[in-house]
Amino acid sequence: MTTLTDIQTKRSEQEQKLPVFAPATDVYETTKEIVLFVDVPGVTPDQIDVSLENRTLTISARRTAPDQVEHKAVHREFGSVEYRRTFTLTKDVDRNGIVARIKNGVLRLSLPKAAETQPRRIEVQSEA
Amino acid sequence: MVYPVARLDWTLDPFSGIQQLQREVDRLFSGYTPAVEQFPALNLWVAQDDAVLAAEIPGVDPKDVEVSVVGNVVTIAGERKADSSAPADGQQRCERERGSFSRSARLPYEVEAEKVQARYEHGVLRITLPRKESTKPRRIAITEE
Repeated sequence: MTTLTDIQTKRSEQEQKLPVFAPATDVYETTKEIVLFVDVPGVTPDQIDVSLENRTLTISARRTAPDQVEHKAVHREFGSVEYRRTFTLTKDVDRNGIVARIKNGVLRLSLPKAAETQPRRIEVQSEA
Repeated sequence: MVYPVARLDWTLDPFSGIQQLQREVDRLFSGYTPAVEQFPALNLWVAQDDAVLAAEIPGVDPKDVEVSVVGNVVTIAGERKADSSAPADGQQRCERERGSFSRSARLPYEVEAEKVQARYEHGVLRITLPRKESTKPRRIAITEE
């Protein structure tokens, strides 16, 4: 028989509930691509998850800040958090061309625009 | 809430106030709120013989960060520059602040400046600060008469 406490311990072991924090993001849009810079300090590439569903882009990452076990924490401004942010894209994106890389705690996400949404120059020909 | 100081070039534009208001409103509805007022966020741990100071400094080249120790005060200073891989134009949202930063932490004891170690990993700076030998408590043997 599983008691309520059993379930609770199991749940806390599986996934410790972390405070959710929206990371600071810079967004650029050029004629060819959309580029995002997301501040995710303390996150390693295996802890981050980027997903695109239709036009909804979700960035989520779990960050576990190690504590100094032999020391006493006297001042604390950051700790283990879950970074989560969702964006709605106004244009279609070429899914195969998405590049995500992380450096110095900053995620750089490059989303190339789908060919049909890119402006096309139409040549005007003069009739001879 | 900290409001950004108006940039000089905005003052030439009669609509700058409206644009700034628009930016603030956009920011309010974007779901983004800065976690801490000061940059970088600091954590400090203290033990008998050494202390550890950690700072969240994402996107900064370690060469642009300077750690200095004077007595029992540690200072982290540096500059957060624009991303080198950012497109030249077309910026739509700017939440990641740039510019120079400086923060200090006071420790309960003086630090052996030569033995301070600093490591930067995944945007987090971790500084180990050993206590100065001369300030460590010394056990005095009590002799029985």
